[in-house]
Amino acid sequence: MAERPTQTPPMPGSDRLLAEVTQAGEELARTHSGAHDGPAEADEEALAARFKEIVAADGKIEPRDWMPGGYRASLVRQLAQHAHSEIVGMQPEAHWIGRAPSLYRKAVLLAKVQDEAGHGLYLYAAAETLGVRRADLLDALHEGRQGYLSFINYPTLTWADTGALAWLTDGAAIVNQVPLCRTSYGPYARAMVRVCKEESFHHRQGFDSLWALTHGSPRQREMAQAAVDRWWYPALAMFGPPHSASTHSERSMAWRIKRFTNDELRQRFVDVCVPQAEALGVTLPDPELRWNAERGHYDFTPPDFAELRRVIRGDGPCNRERVAHRRAAHEEGAWVREAAAAHARRRAARSADAEADSGSGSGSGSGADAGDAAGSGGAAAGTDRPGGARADAEGMPA
Amino acid sequence: MSEHDWPLWEVFVRARRGLAHLHAGSLHAPDAHLALRNARDLFTRRGEGVSLWVVPADAVTASSPDEKDPFFDPAADKPYRHPTFFALPEGVEHL
Ligand SMILES: [Fe+2]
Ligand SMILES: [Fe+2]
Repeated sequence: MAERPTQTPPMPGSDRLLAEVTQAGEELARTHSGAHDGPAEADEEALAARFKEIVAADGKIEPRDWMPGGYRASLVRQLAQHAHSEIVGMQPEAHWIGRAPSLYRKAVLLAKVQDEAGHGLYLYAAAETLGVRRADLLDALHEGRQGYLSFINYPTLTWADTGALAWLTDGAAIVNQVPLCRTSYGPYARAMVRVCKEESFHHRQGFDSLWALTHGSPRQREMAQAAVDRWWYPALAMFGPPHSASTHSERSMAWRIKRFTNDELRQRFVDVCVPQAEALGVTLPDPELRWNAERGHYDFTPPDFAELRRVIRGDGPCNRERVAHRRAAHEEGAWVREAAAAHARRRAARSADAEADSGSGSGSGSGADAGDAAGSGGAAAGTDRPGGARADAEGMPA
Repeated sequence: MSEHDWPLWEVFVRARRGLAHLHAGSLHAPDAHLALRNARDLFTRRGEGVSLWVVPADAVTASSPDEKDPFFDPAADKPYRHPTFFALPEGVEHL
């Protein structure tokens, strides 16, 4: 494997976020709800009171606990959107795997995109603890009944876009997700601790890749700057509409699913990005961006929320392409799932035969030699790993 | 067997020698063999484990349908099972 070619400087601000993930992980190990206070009561009022009490004490709600219908529905909606974002979010970068500038960058990008598939699987599994089925959530995605984050609908025009996308949108995802490590639903919080630890690799490899470009030729610097110009506002828009206009925020915060408003998180992201942009030697495309000593934060121009709404409604530059690609990947992967199932049936039949044989002594060997083609290759792909088959096939809009 | 029928498997990972297998999460797979391979790809991409168990989720028997469980009440009124229950006279050590 190619050696890591550049030595990137430390990335301002990222250690603090990582430390928070570690701390949330340790808290999960300690958390107890003070719940050993008498036998369970069946009536709804007592159950609701107990739910409130656990949430108020920063305890975790677990799958078999009673929970309000709205809480369950909110979680399913958020988990599904989050999971879909992970797997559809593989596309903009998967695009460049076959054209990465070196074996080293290709290997890193491949590992990153594979992680995103894993994140999707953690989150679908967390959603399934709430009584929904992954297959149904995928149907909802494919039929356009459920969505994913808007930034994924923007194209990656140059190699530098993969770096800018990872630095900015994975960076925004981390700011968004670190507080989710403390969300009130146990399986979600546990999934997020895993996700955030992996996410910081995504963030840093993006920074590293951009850093190589900003320390390269004038043409490379220009390419890096242009990519940052393209991705700054899609990244800012990831935090969603302002709190005042956000439909679900208030309740999600009361239930401690969400822990900060969209505006607070967006501000936190801007504050983290400015020194990182300085270290990279790129300019963030906002003439209003400046330190406000009174607030102790950077002032900035908010994203165009009308554009955000348009992209969410389906009118972004790549919406149709992304969903069509996702659907095709699912359909074209059907044979892999079928092969895995056939392989499982054959193995089951073979071991049933072996059991019968050990009783009767007559070996029929039926099926065992009928071709085992699905055996080795199909295994890893047997989970629904979208993008696997078609990752490189997507047409590039450059 | 369609994807809808693939059973759920609970995955347990032993991080290092000397530690117990810990629950890491769950996944779907058509059989135990493929569940193990999927678990390796999903939960140990960074060397997080030296050993994996997969258990059909259906095979797990839980103490009760609720996380708040009268099943554990008998432990609540026996504080003397904890060593800190007993006050020691001044100067007594290694006890
Ligand atoms: Fe991710
Ligand atoms: Fe990521």
